[in-house]
This record gives sequence, structure tokens and C-alpha cells, in this order.
Amino acid sequence: MHKTAIETTINGERVEFLCEPRQSMLEVLRDVLGLTGSKEGCLTGDCGACTILVDGRATCSCLMLGVEAAGHKLETVEGLAQGANLHPLQQQFLENASLQCGICTPGFLMSAKALLERNPHPSEAEIRYALAGNLCRCTGYDKIVRAVLEASKATTSKAA
Amino acid sequence: MHAINYEAPKTLKDAIALLAQHGEKARPLCGGTDLIIQLRAGVRRPDHVVDVKKIPELREISFDLQKGLRLGAAVPAIEVYESADVRRYFPGLQEAAHLIGSNQIQSRASVGGNLCNGSPAADTTPALIALGAKCRVAGPKGERMVAAEDFCTAPGRTVLQAGEILVEFQIPVPARHSSDAYLRFIPRNEMDIAVVGVGTSVTLDLDDDRFVDARIALGAVGPTPIYAAKASEALKGKKIDSATIERAAKLAVEQSSPIDDMRGTAEFRRHLVGVLTRRTIGIAIERARLAERR
Amino acid sequence: MAAGTTEGSRFRVIGTRPVRHDGVEKVTGAARYGADYAFPGMLYGRVLRSPHAHAIIKSINVEKARKLEGVRAVVTSADLPELPDRIEQGGELPINLHHLSCNILARGKVLYDGHAVAAVAATSPHIAEEALRLIEVDYEVLPPVMTVEDGMAPNAPILLPSLRNKEDGPDKQTNIAAHVQFKRGDIKDGFSKADYVIERTFKTAMVHQGYIEPHNAVGIYNADGHATIYCSTQGSFVVRSLSAAVLGIPEGKLRVVPAEIGGGFGGKTTIYLEPLSVLLSQKTGHPVKLTMNRAEVLRATGPTSGGTIRCKMGATKDGKLVAAEVWMAYEAGGFPGSPVPMGAMCIIAPYDIPNMVIDAYDVVVNRPKTAAYRAPGATNAAFASETIIDELAEKCGIDPCDFRIKNGAHEGTPQTAGPPYKRIGMIETVEAIKNSPHYKSKLTGKNRGRGVATGFWFNIGFQSSAMVNIHNDGTASVVTGSVDIGGSRASMAIITAEVLGLDVKDVRPLIADTDAIGYTDVTGGSRTTVATGLAVYEAAQDAVRQLKERAAKLWEKKPEEVEFNNGMLSAKANGVKPMSIKDIVPRLGRTGGPITGRATVNARAVGPAFATTCVDVEVDPDTGKVSILRATVAQDAGKAVHPSYVEGQMQGGTVQGLGWALNEEYFYDSKGVLRNTGLLDYRMPTCLDLPMIETVIVEVPAPGHPIGSRGVGEVSIVPPPAAVANAIARAVGVRMTELPMSPGRVVKAILSKDGAAVASAAAD
Repeated sequence: MHKTAIETTINGERVEFLCEPRQSMLEVLRDVLGLTGSKEGCLTGDCGACTILVDGRATCSCLMLGVEAAGHKLETVEGLAQGANLHPLQQQFLENASLQCGICTPGFLMSAKALLERNPHPSEAEIRYALAGNLCRCTGYDKIVRAVLEASKATTSKAA
Repeated sequence: MHAINYEAPKTLKDAIALLAQHGEKARPLCGGTDLIIQLRAGVRRPDHVVDVKKIPELREISFDLQKGLRLGAAVPAIEVYESADVRRYFPGLQEAAHLIGSNQIQSRASVGGNLCNGSPAADTTPALIALGAKCRVAGPKGERMVAAEDFCTAPGRTVLQAGEILVEFQIPVPARHSSDAYLRFIPRNEMDIAVVGVGTSVTLDLDDDRFVDARIALGAVGPTPIYAAKASEALKGKKIDSATIERAAKLAVEQSSPIDDMRGTAEFRRHLVGVLTRRTIGIAIERARLAERR
Repeated sequence: MAAGTTEGSRFRVIGTRPVRHDGVEKVTGAARYGADYAFPGMLYGRVLRSPHAHAIIKSINVEKARKLEGVRAVVTSADLPELPDRIEQGGELPINLHHLSCNILARGKVLYDGHAVAAVAATSPHIAEEALRLIEVDYEVLPPVMTVEDGMAPNAPILLPSLRNKEDGPDKQTNIAAHVQFKRGDIKDGFSKADYVIERTFKTAMVHQGYIEPHNAVGIYNADGHATIYCSTQGSFVVRSLSAAVLGIPEGKLRVVPAEIGGGFGGKTTIYLEPLSVLLSQKTGHPVKLTMNRAEVLRATGPTSGGTIRCKMGATKDGKLVAAEVWMAYEAGGFPGSPVPMGAMCIIAPYDIPNMVIDAYDVVVNRPKTAAYRAPGATNAAFASETIIDELAEKCGIDPCDFRIKNGAHEGTPQTAGPPYKRIGMIETVEAIKNSPHYKSKLTGKNRGRGVATGFWFNIGFQSSAMVNIHNDGTASVVTGSVDIGGSRASMAIITAEVLGLDVKDVRPLIADTDAIGYTDVTGGSRTTVATGLAVYEAAQDAVRQLKERAAKLWEKKPEEVEFNNGMLSAKANGVKPMSIKDIVPRLGRTGGPITGRATVNARAVGPAFATTCVDVEVDPDTGKVSILRATVAQDAGKAVHPSYVEGQMQGGTVQGLGWALNEEYFYDSKGVLRNTGLLDYRMPTCLDLPMIETVIVEVPAPGHPIGSRGVGEVSIVPPPAAVANAIARAVGVRMTELPMSPGRVVKAILSKDGAAVASAAAD
């Protein structure tokens, strides 16, 4: 039951943590680092509630071991806002009532962020394709897609 | 999850040595989108997990008009999708890579891992078989090449021996007037494992309106992905018309041996083999007719 | 007047769309759901579950597990008291506590794959998981009973040896837990008057609510015998009373703190892990966190019933429904209590049918014990009745909307059970669809079709408590016990702001634990806006009454002489300077102290809800794949307090209904083991499977409610499976009678179509 020391970057800050090899990145975030914004929904990569960005790519943190984080740049929902300034995606989710229970919201925000950084003005079809790995059971997705469309009007090619 | 040891060797030699040393007690880790699920479920219980993502040969993707495509086994599907060369010369493979799962899965899952997992339903395998891909395998006894259609031996099992690693795929430059297509059937629009997958490549004689060559491969309808040799042969040299295509589709159905499971009945799957064979042949023909001269 | 505006409205805040008060926490990941809680010294628990669908437990040996390093406690049903095996009145709903306790930890028998058998607490979840492998259980495997037909068969294996039903008497062992019947008029006479009679048998599959957040509970047992549970639940008071009963402790020793909840849809109105968290905490002296993984959620929580429905309806050739006869049997799971009585009461509820007989059976089978799922029982039923009605409309040559309007229930129409309807909006929802841009648009293209269906749900009232505190700066907070699953706390703030004349941003909504607020029934049954909203309304009115009394004191007038309008206190006769709440607050101390308005209700005046849904589909006849091209739902909300969240309920329910229609089902193998234990093969719709969901909020105010609101949370799930089936019929000419209408089934239906099917194959 030995633990390894891992050094990585999370939300722009250097972070060090200890973890067992069998602990997923999701467990590390939630149980070791106290970053509970990423959620566990299925542990099989089928719901996207644990989505974080790894080197700018949307990734299911439940399907990554904590030890694999070394040397990479990770982003979680906790890093989206800049202090008190919400990211346009967060703002649009609120204004469009795009969340009901809110458990899927962090995952959607991260997937949408990755999308807008690569494709700043996606069509509805492109948004739906990019978010197909994030399940929501409350909203029927309508208001989520609308929020991303609205946010794409606010962002330029590299989001704030 | 049971306790595991984790290593991330930086060279192919080191990786082979580690895998050879631990044998059955070690398992390579690439994207993790299959292995981590299996570790949690207790389906595989290796003591050692060997991360292959730091090995340079496994991460490279290159194309030239002599050697064709060299696709490292650990290249994530999203990079395969984004490769302009793959898009231009191997659109069926690109389609297959883009269907492996959600964006999140594609960020991690690799074509090599998809094959080594040994699932008969792996999306990229029929596309690879259709393209005549060869797999470069390296191990303690040296290297060997394995045809993609020979790689899987049973559900979850491959030809890899203790200490062996899949290094890369080698796919020849397509002949003139060739193209490929991959279609799979799933109940939703994304996120599902293929109920049936069919990969087809064709080479055409445009002047005579005939098939010069064809390869049809089937996924999720047998214990391993299947190279449908009879169906493929049935196209070679024949006129491009619906009777020929129908015959090939029928033969493809005969070469499939699907089971009933929660993703589909055997009857439904056989029906779909016919439908998807017909459709992929049609798409490949369209693409081959439009393919740029090289 | 469109929902979402206050133009011409009698309300200033009700009907607007403010950003929800808990929004920032939710979009920044700061909101704390049950699994996010951590306490010093906390241990992790996991549950051992039966791999067999039906078996006797001969012995359990936990010694090896106990000895594993890091394990602190192992418990089985032997650590819980035995509870009486009879129906008790537990709060509002009758409950068999013995069955409840056995579902928490099996006693003597396991009744489904996944049935909890033991629980472990350890220093890490991985160690707890390893400990489960060391628990040795000796099972005697019995044959599984998996369908209602199997359960009702004469020599069926018996699941619960002590189960009896009234009809078969005290000496007959049975799997039929209940039979209810509803009757009106004379169906023989009714059918004799019919020109067209259609009868079909329908099968529906077991489906799960599919909330993204698995169940969780953190239990903290104090040395003084008091315990606290932090959990994601739809009803903290239910958790308290049921957990206390299972543990054998007085309710007053248990405090339940509701965390934020990641979806429930009815599935989190009961208990699974909560008493185990307290039990393990008691044994270990540490807080213990238990969570389920997805496989456990699917195997061992409360999906809703599949079953069989035989439905026969008759109409005259001018389109009047004259008779309905229904036989329906639903899967209860391992213990009695399917929603078949509700299904029976809903199946023809939207219509005025003079003659009917409905026989409904609750059957135990070796599947998990079913729990509520959004309008429980109604969706299965509507799949049967709404497709038959569609066929009858076609036979009569009448447009499906017109057919429903012609036969629609209205004020005075008898209900299947209970008094006649008061003012309802059924016909208005059909008309809203008929007049919608969707319905008016032409659907062109091959293999495309349009389908319509209407659904009904009762909505419940029950008990709620509320407090409104006036703060020193003239702002207010409103405290309720209603967990917020979908944005309801914003509605509570809206109602409070409306009554107090405040800006909605100056009202803070809170959800309190079971000691801090009075008894409140679950967030479910579409009751929150109506019943808790009523309590909030009355609590705010109570605060206003107290404000008037204080102003009267200050002005040396009688309270009846003081008015309160738009947040201003004034005297009916002149001569005093009006005061805002902000003005009077500094003077509350000297006039008697701070002001807290309070109210408790047991809401009776509850308006039922109707929804009508229209769906356009395209069917690929070679693969059977059904694509949803367009969907519109019209629902009567009475009065939408926060229209964005009403729309959200309508859209969410519609999409769950579409998933139920197309691909969701439980697959059990021949041994009764669940094969699709993950979200890969339990196929819920992704956003790539759907178009935008258009909504029309119809507002026919509910009589007797000060705001006129009707419950909105549930009914939208009811029509979609039937609407999709009706659309498929028009697209490719086949009538689907089994859910889900997955591609394999659609292809089979198309290939076996013998030309006698009714609909034409292509829209014009």
C-alpha cells in the first residue's frame, strides 16, 4: 500500500500530492486534494460527470490514474472563474437556467470549455457532438446547448 | 481496486523487459479506458501496470507516399481523427477512430489499445483489417509482423506473448482509385458499443467500372473481428452494380457468427451485417471515385 | 399572457426568471452534495451484495473480513432489530417495516441480484472493497421468478412465504401482493355501442430514474446516543423516520441534514445506505461515509416496474369513447408496492368514458424493490391507452388532437377514483399542441411520422413547514425543509419577495435540517411549488401581519387600520409617513422583538396536471433506428412561478420519456442476474440523440391555491412513449406494443408487417 509523490499543475498552480497507484485522478481530486467539484457518476467513462481538462483535452478523470498526472496540465471546474469573475460559460448556464440539480454541470462546463477553445463558434450540431459524452438527466439538454451557443458569442478563440 | 504497482518505462527495451519479467502478472496501460474499468471490476487483476505512453515509437504518427501510414499504438484516437493524412488517405479509419466513444474517451483511448483489448466489437479493428494493416510487435525474442485480422484470437485475447508489445500499425499507401469506409450500428447516436461494425475498402477500375480489389471486415459478429474473405473475393473483378454488391452482402452475412446478447439478437445482427456491408461498399465506391490522383 | 412576463400580470415577481440563488455555488463546483462531505477520522463503507436473484442465506461468516488490516466493523442484519411484518402507518404512507429492514440488509433470503447482505467500514474505500471479497456467504440458490406472468403462474416459486392477498385468503401463499379494481357503468353495454373496438396487449420494461448522482450517506453517531446523517435525499424527514425505525431508535435521536442532491425523480424518497452509515458509525466510533457505485444503483435501488397491460377500448364512429377494459400487472420487485394502483387511476384519466373496468395486480418478482419514478405507474399505462386511442382516432378518420378534445375530461368529469374534476387544463394542453408551430408545420420526407399523446398525473399536497425571517437590513430569508432538486428554492424566494414587496435578490432561500424546521414531506409528487409554496406564502403573510401590528403600535392605530402594499406600510386614514420594511426594522426591538413569519400546511387544494406531447420521428426501416426530429410539450402549470424552471421540468420529463420509449430497459439473464449494470448498456439519451424540446406553458389556475400553481414536476414523462409509438405508426405503418421500441424490435415489426397494419408509410 505504498504511496507515490506526484507533481503536477492544476488550474495553473503547481500541486504535489501522495497517492496509491490504484487511486484514480478523480479520487485524488476529491479525497486527497479536496477539490470536490468533479463528480463521480459511473466510473466507466459513460457519464462525463468527472470531466476535467488534461493538456486542454476533455478527459474522464475516473479513467486516469492519479500517478499519470505527473508532468501534465490539469484544469478543473474550480479553476474556471477568475476570482469573482465567472467564465462566460458559467454566466450563460446561470442565465439560461441550464442546471436543475447541478451535478452534471461541472463536467459540462469543462467539456464545453474544451470545445470553445478549439472551435470558438460551433453550430448546434457540433455542440451536441462535443457534449455527447456528458449525460444530464434533469434538463433534456435544451438549455445547456443554448447556453453554450450564447457563450460562444461572448468568447474569443482562447477563452479567458 | 486491488493494490497495483505502476511503472512508466521510457524506452521500448525497458518496457519489454518489465513485461517479460512479470509475465501474466503485468498488463500494459495506454489510454486506460478499458483497463481501468477492468481493474475496478476485478476482471483483470495484474499486480503490475506498465504505462506505455512514454515510449516514443508508440506515440508517433507519420505518412509518406512510399511507406504509407505508420501509426504508433499509443496515439490517442483524437489525434488520429485530427491527422490530415489520415483524413485524406484513410477516411474509413478516421471515421472509426472518431466513433470510439465520446470526446473524453477519444482524448485517451488509442487505436492500439482498442485492438489489444481484444474485443470483437472494437471499432477500429474492422477498418484496419479492411486497409490491410499490419501490426508491428516487439518482444524479448525480437520483432514480428502480424496481420490485423490475425491479431485477436478469442474475446479478450490476442496473439501477444509474455513480454510482447504492439508498437505500431503499418498501413500501405492506398492504390489509385481506392478508398475505405467504416460504419457501425448503435442504438443511440454516440456512446454505445457497436452492435455490428463493418469496414470496407475498395480499389476501382474507373474506366471499366469494375472492382479491382476489395476487403470487407466485420466487427461484433463473432468471437473475433472477421476478415470476410469470401465476400471480399466476390467483388474482385466484377462490375460495380447492385447485384454484385448484394451478393457480397449475402456472403458477408454468411461469414458472420453473431450471438444473442443485450446489445442485439443474432438475427438482428445478421440483418445488420447485410445492411452495413451494402452501405459501406456504396460509400467506399463514392469516395474512390472522388479520390484525388496521387 | 405569456409565461415569463409580468405584463398585465397580477404579480410582480411571480412569473419572472431571476438567476437562482444557489447558482454560483453550482457552477463553480463549490456546492456540497452528499458524497462531497468529509469529516475528521472518517471511515469508508461498502456493501456486500447477493450475486443470486433468489436464494436462502444459510450462513454468513465475516471473520476473515474483520481481520483485514484497515477494517473497523462488519455488520449484517443480525445487527439490526427485527421489525413487525405487517403494514404500519409510517407518516403518510403505509409501509411494512420488516420488508424495509430486509431490503436494507437481507434477513434469511435474498430476493434480487444485488440485494444487500453485509456492510463493512474501513480506512479506505479500496480496503473496504477488498474486505467484501473476504466475507463468506453460503447460499442455497432457488429458481428465479422474473416476470409478472412467472410470478402469477399457479406453481410459481414463492418469494415471501408470509405474503397473502385478500382474494386468495389467509392460507394461500402467493406472489400477488394486491389486486385493485375500478369500475364505472356497464362495459358490456358500452362495448355493444361501439363501432370500433381495439384490443392489444402491451409489455413494458423495468427502467431506472437514471439520476447522475449515486446514493450516499455519512453517518455520525455520538456517544450520547444522538446521530446525524448527511445525505442526498428527496426527503430528510422520511430518512429520519425510516432510518430510526430500521435502527430501532427514537426519531428524536436522529437529525438528518440534507445535502445538495444530484437528481432523484422519486428514487431518493426512500432509504438504503442511511441507517447503515449510522450503524457503522456506532460500531466504530467514527463518521462513516457510504456511497454506491453505478452498478449498485442499477442493481439495488428502486427502478420502476415493467409489466403487462391488456387494454381494450371502444368508440362510436363519430369518435366518442364508450368503453374501456384494462387488465394490468406490474412488477413490484422483491417486496410488494409497485405503482400499479396509480397506473390504474391514470390510464384513462384524461377522458370522459362512461363505462370502464380496470383490474390491477401488484406482483413480487426477483428484481429490486421498485421505488417511485416520476408519475409512478402512469407512463406504462399511457403507453397502452394512448396508442389505442390513436388507433381509434385513425379508424374514425379524426385528427388525434380533435379526438382527444372531443373526449377530454373537464370540470365535472368523474375521475377513476375520487371526486369529479374541478377546473383542469386537459383540453387546453391539447389545443396548445394543435395550435403550435410544430403541429401546424408540414412533415415531409420518407419514413417520417408525427404522433401525439396526452398524460395525466394527480400531484400531491401533504405537509410542509416554512419560516420567513426579517433581517436587520430589511432583507429576508425563507427557510423550508424542501430539498431543492430542480431550482425550487428560487421559487420560494420569488413567492416570499412577491408577498413582502422585496426584490428577489433580497430574499435568501435556505433548506434546513430535520431539527431546524418543522415536518416537511418529500420533494416529489410535484408538490414542492404547490404545498411548500403555500406554506411559504402563508409564512410571508404571517410576517406581513406582524409587520402591520408593529406599525400599528408605532402609529398608535389598530392593526386593521394598517395597509401593506408593494413593500410599504401605510395607514388607511392619512397622517402618517409610510414605512418600508427597511424603515421599520430598526424599531422592531422596541415594539416586541424580531419578526419571523411561520406557517405549516397540509395542502388539500391540489390541482392535477395534464401534458400533451407531439413528436416527429424518422425511422430507418433497414436498421430500425428511430430518430427524434422534433418534440413539443404543452403542460398546464396553473401559474408558473419561475417559468424557466417549469420549462426545465417539462423538457427533462419529456427526455426521460423519450429514453423510456427508445432504448432504456433492464436486461436480466436466465439466472436473474442483471447484465447491464452500467451506463454503457443502460442507454439514456445523450444530447446528440435529441433536438431542442419546445415547450408551451398553459396556465389554467388551480382553484383554491392563492397563486394558482399546479404541480409541474412529473406529468411530462407520461406521454412520450405513446407519442413516439404513434409517430412510428404513421412513419412506417407498424404498431409497437413493447417498450422500449429499440431498433431490433422496430425492424422485426417492419419485416413481419402483413399489410393489415393501419397507417400509411409516408407522410405527405
